[in-house]
Amino acid sequence: MKLLSTKATCNSHGQDSSYFLGWEEYEKNPYDVVQNPKGIIQMGLAENQLSFDLLESWLAKNPDVAGFKRDGKSIFRELALFQDYHGLPSFKKALVDFMAEIRGNKITFDPNHIVLTAGATSANETLMFCLAEQGEAFLLPTPYYPGFDRDLKWRTGVEIVPIQCTSSNNFQITESALQQAHEEAKKKNLRVKGVLVTNPSNPLGTTMSKSELNLLIDFIKDKDMHLISDEIYSGTVFTSPNFVSVMEILKERNDLKDFDANVSERVHIVYSLSKDLGLPGFRVGAIYSENDMVVAAATKMSSFGLVSSQTQYLLSAMLGDKKFTRNYISENQKRLKKRQRMLVLGLQKAGISCLKTNNAGLFCWVDMRNLLSSNTFEAEMELWKKILYNVKLNISPGASCHCTEPGWFRVCFANMSEDTLNLAMKRLKDFVANNNGEECSSNKRTRSTQASRSFSRKSLSNWVFRLSSRDRHEQEER
Amino acid sequence: MGIEIEQSHPSVELSSIAISETHGENSPYFAGWKAYDEDPYHEITNPSGVIQMGLAENQVSFDLLEKYLEENSEASTWGKGGTSFRENALFQDYHGLKSFRKAMASFMEKIRGNKAKFDYERIVLTAGATAANELLTFILANPGDALLVPTPYYPGFDRDLRWRTGVNIVPIHCDSSNNFQITLEALETAYKNAESMNMKVKAVLITNPSNPLGIAIQRSVLEDILDFVTRKNIHLVSDEIYSGSVFSSHEFISVAEILESRQYKDAERVHIVYSLSKDLGLPGFRVGTIYSYNDKVVTTARRMSSFTLISSQTQHLLASMLSDESFTDNYIKINRERLRKRYDMIIEGLKSAGIECLKGNAGLFCWMNMSPMLENDTREGELKLWNEILNEVKLNISPGCSCHCSEPGWFRVCFANMSEQTLEIALKRIRDFMNNKDRKDIEN
Repeated sequence: MKLLSTKATCNSHGQDSSYFLGWEEYEKNPYDVVQNPKGIIQMGLAENQLSFDLLESWLAKNPDVAGFKRDGKSIFRELALFQDYHGLPSFKKALVDFMAEIRGNKITFDPNHIVLTAGATSANETLMFCLAEQGEAFLLPTPYYPGFDRDLKWRTGVEIVPIQCTSSNNFQITESALQQAHEEAKKKNLRVKGVLVTNPSNPLGTTMSKSELNLLIDFIKDKDMHLISDEIYSGTVFTSPNFVSVMEILKERNDLKDFDANVSERVHIVYSLSKDLGLPGFRVGAIYSENDMVVAAATKMSSFGLVSSQTQYLLSAMLGDKKFTRNYISENQKRLKKRQRMLVLGLQKAGISCLKTNNAGLFCWVDMRNLLSSNTFEAEMELWKKILYNVKLNISPGASCHCTEPGWFRVCFANMSEDTLNLAMKRLKDFVANNNGEECSSNKRTRSTQASRSFSRKSLSNWVFRLSSRDRHEQEER
Repeated sequence: MGIEIEQSHPSVELSSIAISETHGENSPYFAGWKAYDEDPYHEITNPSGVIQMGLAENQVSFDLLEKYLEENSEASTWGKGGTSFRENALFQDYHGLKSFRKAMASFMEKIRGNKAKFDYERIVLTAGATAANELLTFILANPGDALLVPTPYYPGFDRDLRWRTGVNIVPIHCDSSNNFQITLEALETAYKNAESMNMKVKAVLITNPSNPLGIAIQRSVLEDILDFVTRKNIHLVSDEIYSGSVFSSHEFISVAEILESRQYKDAERVHIVYSLSKDLGLPGFRVGTIYSYNDKVVTTARRMSSFTLISSQTQHLLASMLSDESFTDNYIKINRERLRKRYDMIIEGLKSAGIECLKGNAGLFCWMNMSPMLENDTREGELKLWNEILNEVKLNISPGCSCHCSEPGWFRVCFANMSEQTLEIALKRIRDFMNNKDRKDIEN
């Protein structure tokens, strides 16, 4: 029939990946402490549910704001009509102040350089449209957020070339990895327009070091390209080292007279309130750039994804309350730190370790290499399915994040209660103990491998069956 | 405090999309806005300023909305047995809030006098119709392909349908000889035109009721268009953003009704766009929808809507409002009446100034014929007159050329974005302008 476009019929939306199947399984059998205590616990969703009470209490103290009132007067009409893509000035001011606060006020942001978008999803895609042509490429360090495959490539036609990072140095970006990625792109005849990093990193949960940041700036300077720093998790840094934004490094270099006008115009930041404030539903994202042309183009493009004026107004009041934001930022970080400790200790008790440099984010990057039957991604998938169907935990396999080494998993800790987290850890502990119990002798090992193989064959056929009845709920998360 | 950066050396390349002019913002449509921004009319502080008549906003029924909000505070807050804040703040499912989709489907049915049914599972939510139209274009066409759009059309389409998608618009020329109705001949000509430019035609996109004409498309014309797209095996997008602004409910026929009467045969090629920006006067809240009879389009559009979701806070508010039947029934009725009253006022006013308009029955504007006033029957002549009206009469109205009208001399004039008093003043200014013109003609 009526043909659809190539974009509509291709698979670049990425939603056929097994990554989303975990979500589906969870939806079919979700854990509930009372109704379904044996259900699947969702640990694949990077949501921040720890600090809602702070937001709710602020709302209770400021009831007028949600009711479209300012100083006792209704501004409903004004807001209802406000569709200016330049954004509500009071909201932009409050947002840049919040961003500065998160960075310890070591830098300031100009509200005239910020572009509001419906979420960071929209911001990242918009930057691709502004910076690259169809068929050009951006370099991304692996492992990276699976959603990027859709957000950066689908409608833009831009390619992603991975910068391979490994556990040998805690997955930090190295000069040789950058150069290799650039070579790789060249071989494929792809013109590279820039590098995109997430800092703090998803899924690693680590902040970038100053030397990594300087390395990146040197690299883009040398190669004449852009740098996008997605700082969506900047407010979730819960322990040292402190968060250092790429903007800070630029300022340092400026102060040291290592100023290069060109470079400042090629660095762009993405932000959002979905993680730090836990408001993914409100669709609040932003692009910050010192490049006037980028700001101008992105502003016009934001017409396709503006932030609801109702929401802009609510948040302009909330984020404009400096006493509230200061308290929120520090309290939120404390709670994240406590949770992360719980998860790390729980994993330790199960004999599982995670990336020791984890100091940010809503998740841990967990090392389960010693649980693999072989050092392959097939084995990783096997293990993932076991954890999903037997341990009843939905976690994210490293392969879905394009990790080069099998055996790593992202496990979220901020989207559930403490009790649920403890239960998850207990289940994991029992699972590992049972696994280990079968590996006392090589005979037993063979038996166990056979058992696990036949087990996985069984689960494979069930899996295939489930696969054919899918496509009811495809959902993504960061 | 920014750092002054000398722009002497060539900066790093941006994409061709970023530097192109296809965002269309250099057209006169936007130039008039600038003139208004610099000298806006205010009845007290700037009574001789420019009156904005180029903005298709609906400001006549806010009191109804405000009353609803006052009486139903749970719509704009959380807790108290309703949706919790936490639940609402976390909700980012691209299927959209079910209660909102249901309310939207039922609202769309009411607007059409319940002459068509809408299945809430076929509703895809987007941040405004701007996003909906672009999204559909991404889904239905490849870069270089063409959409056929009847002229005159909404200037924003040049950006919304073409800018990032790389898709072309090929006009279906309509003229005053038959009140700008779309004819089969015009459709065929446009199609052949596209082919001669080596463009694959993927869809016809109509706005019904039409912007800028302000009329609902007749049933026979809709049937013809449907038959045409079926014959050519292409899609039909019907942007029905003004469906609730039809002055009389019997006069609007939605393509949905026709499909129902045909038992949904060949419905898979039809997609409807809607929004609350015009009917409810809420452009700031960014509420648009795509309603498609094609499953694959629904699924794909839903995934793509990730780039343009509606704030869950806003979905919550509107789910409450639009599922309140006594509110919606009353709103639709009163809104229509007020728009009709405004329309009558402006038509009378223009008539008494000696200006004729296209006989309209919908929208927030009228399509005014000033061709007798042109010095030259050309685009330049039209722009000259437009400039006069902007700078001397101090009215910002939209020239037909910005809507790609093939006949010079037509202008779109909005009437719902100001108070009645302001409209009176605008009409007086026009009368005076026309009287002076007459006097000058006589003197000459």
